[in-house]
Amino acid sequence: MATDVKNITKREKRKASPDKKPWIVRFGRDIKMHKGAYMLALPVILFYILFCYKPMGGLIIAFKNYAPIKGIWGSSWAGFSHFEDFLTNPYFWRLMKNTLTISISSLIFSFPAPIILALLLNEVRNKLFLRGSQMIMYLPHFISLVVICGMVIQFTGSDGIINDFLAIFGVERKSFLNYPEYFVPVYIISDIWAGIGWGSIIYMAALTGIDSSLYEAAVIDGAGRWKQTIYVTLPGILPTIIVMFLMRVGQLLSVGYEKIILLYNPLTYETADIISTYVYRKGLLEQSYSFSSAVGLFNSIISFILLTFANGMSKRLGEGSLW
Amino acid sequence: MKITTGQRIFSVFNYIFITFLVIVTLYPFWHIVMASFSNSYELMAHSGLLLKPVGFSLQSYKLVLSDNAVIRGFINTVILLITKNTLSILLTLFGAYVLSRKLMITPVMSFMVVVTMFFSGGLIPTYLNVRSLGLDNSFGALIFPTAISTFNLIILRTAFYGVPDSLEEAAHLDGAGDLRILFEILVPLILPSIMVVALYYIVGVWNSWFEASIYLRDRKLFPLQLILREVLVEKQINMDSDSETTAESIQYAIMTVSTVPVLIFYPFMQKYFVKGATVGAVKG
Repeated sequence: MATDVKNITKREKRKASPDKKPWIVRFGRDIKMHKGAYMLALPVILFYILFCYKPMGGLIIAFKNYAPIKGIWGSSWAGFSHFEDFLTNPYFWRLMKNTLTISISSLIFSFPAPIILALLLNEVRNKLFLRGSQMIMYLPHFISLVVICGMVIQFTGSDGIINDFLAIFGVERKSFLNYPEYFVPVYIISDIWAGIGWGSIIYMAALTGIDSSLYEAAVIDGAGRWKQTIYVTLPGILPTIIVMFLMRVGQLLSVGYEKIILLYNPLTYETADIISTYVYRKGLLEQSYSFSSAVGLFNSIISFILLTFANGMSKRLGEGSLW
Repeated sequence: MKITTGQRIFSVFNYIFITFLVIVTLYPFWHIVMASFSNSYELMAHSGLLLKPVGFSLQSYKLVLSDNAVIRGFINTVILLITKNTLSILLTLFGAYVLSRKLMITPVMSFMVVVTMFFSGGLIPTYLNVRSLGLDNSFGALIFPTAISTFNLIILRTAFYGVPDSLEEAAHLDGAGDLRILFEILVPLILPSIMVVALYYIVGVWNSWFEASIYLRDRKLFPLQLILREVLVEKQINMDSDSETTAESIQYAIMTVSTVPVLIFYPFMQKYFVKGATVGAVKG
């Protein structure tokens, strides 16, 4: 660049000259010029450093034997021993199995449910009926998780309405949440109940984005409603489905622990205890800070690999991607 | 378009099926409200669907609404709603404004913000961080660590992008500072998006219980959801119960009481939420 300087005109030289100053000088000038904006940026940057990046740095305790009195830096190094402890832990396979069972079941059952609902709602021609049913089905999304779990506990209890119903057919009454074999079905069904309406919004939006001339062309080609759904509607919302699917795959190992903590109990740990609830119990209730941080870190690394993998697959298939 | 018999049959079944889903969604709420107005002992003897209260009684409401823990929980939640939302909305606006400018710091800050969508310290380091800052056992632990949601920040930044640059340039030439440009020109223009973000924050505060359960030890500070958890999940009911009201009745009443505020606001908020759900999630 330096050799070209001679050739440029004076005007351009004047314009180019600030760029030659070191960045710190230009940065100072930028701050002076946009004092107000930088002042607004300050608390935001402070927030991200203090509450996002500092905890990320705090992950270092996964490689240490953290003792609260000694602090993070005073504690001795542990290398990868906490990771080894977890991988050889008798609970390791149970936790892996439970985490994957819950997340894969929800991928199979909870994920397609809103898509199917959106396709069905799409066939409704009566606007008032459509609006009304949507409004009611969005509602559970706004009810707090604690109340939803309270309902689940009430209704699945031994004198709850589900048992009342089953008793008609002579099924013995039992408190479903005390039996390990019923935990996953209860979890998934309540998830679908609470999320199906809200989940369908995004697909409804994608459906309205489909060009209506595509349907007209399909009709001219002699396609009935079923064929229109297969050849126009589904391909139209496929990119949305794929993006949502990818996000789900990235979260395979990060099943929401709040709901599980509210619904499980020692009787159902056998199927309900997942990696993140284990981190919660070990770390916060038993204060094994370093060990549980290592488990949490292990979990997020695998999640990130899964997300990268799913994203790469989708890119290769030419079906859009997250980044 | 000609409608075949097959289509007509499908359509009828479709309406029936959706109606069924609507009933399945609505019935649990109905059941809870009806049970809460029922007489405790008649309710215990009752089994099956509950279409109207059995033996009308307001006793459980009397107990719930006069319980100190419930009242304090409501007050704490309201305090949190006001303080946290004010702070969250201001910080998110500031951040989104800076990210939508062409400052030297913008690319660095964008990177810094986006990274947090993929990586976080996780539960334990976050918990230890809050403790090391001395925020535990105070509302600070519920307000500051989650003050900005990156998702909401990006919604507002996108909204700022939609405002033509010429507007701000004109204001700048007239000598308006950044604060004035932000609050007097930009905020009124992106008000609908701010509403969406504010409602997301409000719902977040209203529903959250987990942070409160790990950071708060003093029962006086407990927000409503934590009291609800005690009553509904852990089944610890410390109310001055009388012989006429069962725990179950109290649970139904407390569920109703805590859901009613949401139901009152819901019809007004719904359209903003639907807008937010599609703004943030549809890519490209």
